Amino acid sequence: MSDKIKKVSIIVSKGSLDGIYPGLIMGNGARMEGIEANLFFTFFGLYAILKKYMGSIKIATVGNPAMRVPDAKGFPLPTILGALPGMSAFATHMMNKEMEALDIPPIPEFIEMIHDAGGKIYACKATVDMFHLTLADFCPQMDKVLTVGDFYDIAAGGQIIFT
Amino acid sequence: MPTKTLAGTPVDTDEEGFLVNHSQWNKDIAAALAAEEGITLGDGHWKVLDFIDTDFKEKGAVPGMRRMNKVGNIPTKDLYALFPDGPIKKAAKISGYPKPASCV
Repeated sequence: MSDKIKKVSIIVSKGSLDGIYPGLIMGNGARMEGIEANLFFTFFGLYAILKKYMGSIKIATVGNPAMRVPDAKGFPLPTILGALPGMSAFATHMMNKEMEALDIPPIPEFIEMIHDAGGKIYACKATVDMFHLTLADFCPQMDKVLTVGDFYDIAAGGQIIFT
Repeated sequence: MPTKTLAGTPVDTDEEGFLVNHSQWNKDIAAALAAEEGITLGDGHWKVLDFIDTDFKEKGAVPGMRRMNKVGNIPTKDLYALFPDGPIKKAAKISGYPKPASCV
């Protein structure tokens, strides 16, 4: 056990449901094992910690060749059907139901859980500038806006995971 | 299967020290398991251990963090304060139940 991981810094760069959850599960899982966890949200991943949008993150039904209906072992969803209005909302609803059954929290609750567990929530400075965001746009759990340089300082001596 | 002596009683455990037979568990064994983790059990710990016991008997699994919050009314912060560096895993071990098999 001498080579146990002590610290992970996870970069969440995608804003879809399937882009955000893996980073949250790994970050929370790290804290559950006593591993220090830093979550750095960048580009569209930033939507996971924006107060107004974090509760309505959707799964993409277009451009995802692995997407199957009506469940994970069903038929591949044709791109043209995935583009129909309401398709993304429907797929998101189905997936949220599965996650609820497994006690995987919705994104806002998950961010709060990770924060209460001692995980750190950081936002990318470049994205904040590019999207014209202010501190008031973020959920209260967001610890700090970081430059890339700050992030590397904080991540020093640990593992970095890009999602 | 490894056997070790806790509170003067031999118990069967798995490789990671989780009890394999809950009928061998009692409060003295809980205190001995807690001591191995550097924890002295108080009322706050027992609230968690009692909830795991009740919930395991009902559901057949150690409750995850969200269930501890919502059903057990035990906040995440309290769990990390009571059982530092691995709240669910440590609480499950001390309560004499298997290692949690859930990712969340």
